[in-house]
Amino acid sequence: MRTFLFDALFKGRATIPAPGPDAAALEQAARALGDRARRRLGRSLAIREIDAGSCNGCELEINALNNPVYDIERFGLKFVASPRHADVLLVTGPVTWNMREAVLRTYNAAPEPKWVVALGDCATHCGVFAGSPAVVGPLADILPVDLHVPGCPPPPLEILKALLGLMEAQA
Amino acid sequence: MSTALALADLLGERTAGPDGYVRLAVDAGTWTALAEGLAHARHELSALWADAGVMRMALNDAQHSLRAIVSLETDAGRYPSVSAHHPPALRLERGMRDLHGVQPVDLPDSRPWLDHGRRPGRQDAARYEFLAAEGEGLHQIPVGPVHAGIIEPGHFRFTANGETVVRLEQRLGYLHKGVEGLMAGAAIDQAARIIGRMSGDSTVAYAWAFARAVEAALGWTPPPRAVLLRAVMAELERLSHHINDVGAICNDASVITINARCTLQREDVLAVLDACFGHRLMMDRIVPGGVAVDLSPDGVGRIRGLLTRLEETRAEVGRVYDAMPSLQDRTVTTGTVRPELARQYAAGGFVGRACGRAFDARKTFAYAPYDRLDFDLKVRTTGDVDARLLVRLDEIGESIRILSQLLGRLSPGEIRASSPYPAAGEGAALVEAFRGDVFVSVRLGTDGRVAHAHARDASWFQWPLLEAAIEGNIVADFPLCNKSFNCSYSGHDL
Repeated sequence: MRTFLFDALFKGRATIPAPGPDAAALEQAARALGDRARRRLGRSLAIREIDAGSCNGCELEINALNNPVYDIERFGLKFVASPRHADVLLVTGPVTWNMREAVLRTYNAAPEPKWVVALGDCATHCGVFAGSPAVVGPLADILPVDLHVPGCPPPPLEILKALLGLMEAQA
Repeated sequence: MSTALALADLLGERTAGPDGYVRLAVDAGTWTALAEGLAHARHELSALWADAGVMRMALNDAQHSLRAIVSLETDAGRYPSVSAHHPPALRLERGMRDLHGVQPVDLPDSRPWLDHGRRPGRQDAARYEFLAAEGEGLHQIPVGPVHAGIIEPGHFRFTANGETVVRLEQRLGYLHKGVEGLMAGAAIDQAARIIGRMSGDSTVAYAWAFARAVEAALGWTPPPRAVLLRAVMAELERLSHHINDVGAICNDASVITINARCTLQREDVLAVLDACFGHRLMMDRIVPGGVAVDLSPDGVGRIRGLLTRLEETRAEVGRVYDAMPSLQDRTVTTGTVRPELARQYAAGGFVGRACGRAFDARKTFAYAPYDRLDFDLKVRTTGDVDARLLVRLDEIGESIRILSQLLGRLSPGEIRASSPYPAAGEGAALVEAFRGDVFVSVRLGTDGRVAHAHARDASWFQWPLLEAAIEGNIVADFPLCNKSFNCSYSGHDL
């Protein structure tokens, strides 16, 4: 344990300099949000993650946002355990028929105002799972989506930039 | 009197195909005798699946180094159930019945598994009945499918008496995406991309197993450099998850310091992978015939540097864990798996190896390049959360050893062999993913496309043991147990 503490004291920060918001995401989010809820939430967002059918690749990269390098909470972005506490639903995967109801129920459990982010190629256009009868379709088929983040999976830095874009747009 | 038949007696002197599997068609009597042989531990169940009206079963006999895929023509879909004799086949049989309409006769549990009755045209409003637990003062705790953390969906139904779990029943299948259906008729390269997304955390292992199966079917030989690079990727994938799991287990016991250190180390691995292979998780980097990207000399240097840092982290995390009785108080004797259960279910990976099952596809059915590498199979015997954590720490050390050998043996050369003429054929492969052995079987059509492919994740035989492991533990220890198993939902849900 001593080594951990000494490292923390002497090795300097593990974090990287903060990235700016992604221009495309900012524009997309600003368009989606309009005047709907600007300045309603201040500079913080509570995020509820939902896996609607992902291969867990996106989950690995979302989890990475919590590591000391990206340290997402320093931006006021926080993953929460319940949709009741959430401003943003971050959804991964193509929506499977078996998850459809759970996704809708989770969405309905989140209070207004709320935003939906479709994370990864699968949530955007079903990725390699397009055309399967076990899959409902992309997220936008069942929920209003405010922001799409492409990638298979999107690297943490890209997810972070997109979320910052969402926050800038609504701030 | 038992009619159990041992695989070794059935196979006799038959020779295996290039993939190491003996293939033979059997009648219903032999099929059932083999199922009874499973129940009597004469051999182990590796996979069970349906392919165009034929039931197939992959069986392993590690003691005699035998592997076989036996096929049984169904009688218009009907065939004698294996799980009637050998419970570990139960979920596989329920799943295959849902997907392919085959009917296992005398199936002990007739409830659906992967089919939740939601698909248009196949809707079924019938309520899924969980198994009963009767007794005074029992209450149920339903959890999921959407969980509190950033993890995959699945439903856990706990029946508890106060704090103590009396029964856990899992209901899975929420992530069923129809991968077998998508691969049927797909071009080989497309099928490789799909199977690389069976379970994103094991993308390298799946891609490798698929590539080996296709190569066996076509008589396609990947260049030596590609074989070494595949193992480099597979070991780095293993390291990235093992170190992360160690941190995550400690995190579930509220020791966030260790978790912070481990996630930092994982990020270090992924950044090196991104620099070396152009993708943090190495998706689509292993392809049939070889690998898609080469490793530059600069990349070799980066990986060597990474190995030094990983070894430091492993040693320090091990020391900290060792010196923290309050943490071990949570992990030691928690979530114990009985060795006989691990043997019965042929549980792979750290779940099996933490309770004495010395099985590792890299050793037991060694494939290139592991057959020429010097490393140890690490086994513990207590079967608890502590043992599963320590097996991971041990294996990190072994993977570092493996990687330094691999990097030393890399010599310049081709990384992908040109593809042979399309031909019909069959191939199968067993690859050790970080959580256990992944089995992939492929049947190719004459047009060179995939006619059928089946993948069996290690989780199929680990999930049921989690139900057993939590029994008698307190509800609050479930996250710890679950994390120490770290089963795949997506890989299981097909």
